[in-house]
Amino acid sequence: MSAAEAKVRTAAPEKQPGRNLTSLPNYVVLVILLVFALVPLYQLVVNSFKTRVQIGFDPFGLPEEWLFSNFIEAWERGKYATTMPNSIILTSATIFFVLIFAGMAGFALARLRLRGADYVSFYFLVGTAVPPQFYMVPLFILWRTLGMINTFHGLIIIYVAQFSPFSTYLLRSYMVSIPQEFVDAARIDGASNWQVFRKVIMPLSWPGFLTAGLVVGLGVWNEFLFAQTFLPRPEFKTIVTSLYAFQQRDGREWGLTNAGSLIMIAPVIILFLALQRRFIEGLTQGGLKA
Amino acid sequence: MATMQAGSALPVRQESHFLKGLGRWAFVAPVLLLNLVVIVGPAFFGVYIAFTDWSGVGDMNFVGLENFQRLLQDQVFWKALRNNLVWTAIFLVVPVTLGLLGAYMLTGIKRGQMFLRVAFFVPYVLPSVVTTHIWRYLMHPRVGLGQWLSDNLGIHFLDISWLGSRETALYAIAFMDNWHFWGFPLVLLLAAMSSVDVELYEVARLDGASRFQQFRHVTLPSIRPTLVFLLLMISIWSALVFDYIFLTTGGGPANASEVLGTHLYTSAFERFQTGYAASIGLVMVLWVALVVGGFVYLRKRGWEI
Repeated sequence: MSAAEAKVRTAAPEKQPGRNLTSLPNYVVLVILLVFALVPLYQLVVNSFKTRVQIGFDPFGLPEEWLFSNFIEAWERGKYATTMPNSIILTSATIFFVLIFAGMAGFALARLRLRGADYVSFYFLVGTAVPPQFYMVPLFILWRTLGMINTFHGLIIIYVAQFSPFSTYLLRSYMVSIPQEFVDAARIDGASNWQVFRKVIMPLSWPGFLTAGLVVGLGVWNEFLFAQTFLPRPEFKTIVTSLYAFQQRDGREWGLTNAGSLIMIAPVIILFLALQRRFIEGLTQGGLKA
Repeated sequence: MATMQAGSALPVRQESHFLKGLGRWAFVAPVLLLNLVVIVGPAFFGVYIAFTDWSGVGDMNFVGLENFQRLLQDQVFWKALRNNLVWTAIFLVVPVTLGLLGAYMLTGIKRGQMFLRVAFFVPYVLPSVVTTHIWRYLMHPRVGLGQWLSDNLGIHFLDISWLGSRETALYAIAFMDNWHFWGFPLVLLLAAMSSVDVELYEVARLDGASRFQQFRHVTLPSIRPTLVFLLLMISIWSALVFDYIFLTTGGGPANASEVLGTHLYTSAFERFQTGYAASIGLVMVLWVALVVGGFVYLRKRGWEI
């Protein structure tokens, strides 16, 4: 194009119709990034429906026929009938206790002029800064002494302790924004601290509880290191650790292991797409690495 | 004031100051106790173990600095520490750059912003065990992406064993984790960029600033607190990396992709050298302390970070 034409083009942003043109480079970059983000996932999905033979000569095409038998076989080989309930127990129990305990602590930090609240914050900060691998070894020995290796409650206690500080701060920030009048009104009716928490604060800060619950749930559902270390016996394996064992055993059965992976991430993806705003808010607020 | 109003509740509510304080602390107690039992207590125990020759069972003998002297002579430890530093450098640059690029591009468009933000974030919610599985396939020398490119597009140099070679293993794993992670900086930076005052851009445009100049002189200074927070967190997380290495190469081949986390794990749970493992853990603690300490120090010195 000539220099004159180029000049006209760069002058365009002044007018409304020029808008689309200036954002074109943006879309080009974004589509490239989109391909980078989604092609690996596309591969995971399409290959889980293919026969072993088709994956071999055509790894990126659509399935010749959509084969659901991979999922049935993966369900059995991956022992999902055992591990799915295991993971559901761990996840739901952890969410339950974290929300209660972190809710209480967040309430105390937000609403009950706690003397020494700064020390509590400092304590949490130190606690969350300790590398998990460092306290894991002594913790393992303590848990072994107490007979809590290969028990669900043993791992649930660990998860609750790990996820509580983050949730406390998330919930606290919600509770601070609840108008004081609601609390005062309850106090006038003679409500105790506990009643204020249960009847006023909890119902009013439900979005915070939902957000914290989602983040904690995602963290536990996906957790590998502690599940691998504290629940080594096959009957206690979670979907993560058993999927790992399944991948090790049937390494070359890509169709099956892809199907197994999809079974595990399907609930996560569905929940994420439905509640993405809360997920993203929670995950970025806490600076938590899931 | 509440107690005054609640006159009908009778003077029973006039609890002592002490009891009232105790009642308030009861709300924080469960979380504090759990953290003490699971994290803080074992951490202190770990510091002690690092100075013993303990194997995890039986006698525990205090050996002073012996574990740390051994660390200094342990080739694998130095390799691991170096790999952690390389990992940190990669993650301070690559995902942050991708995140900045993606977020800046997203602020410049109207349609599809929401959709793209969600799509970019999806890999971040996947578990490490699935992310590594996806990429172990794509990076496979015979069935993966490299092979496909070679067969179909005539690009021949990519069908190598990325994870099996000592030169590439660490970088290949970093690539996987980066694919999983970069949506996080993107979303964080996008939120920061969206709250930048639009007028600043208009002033810059009137001054004839190009898009890059706008980015350099308006966007970057405005999002600096978020950016600094991000770099701080990445510097801490990079000391703790474990899953991706363990699930793909286990630190191999020949310790080429070993990191502190995997070296600690094998020392503790495969070689049963609990004391030695704890001393590696102390190095990780030191790393985190140095990063946080450096941050606090620079801030005290008046750096605007």
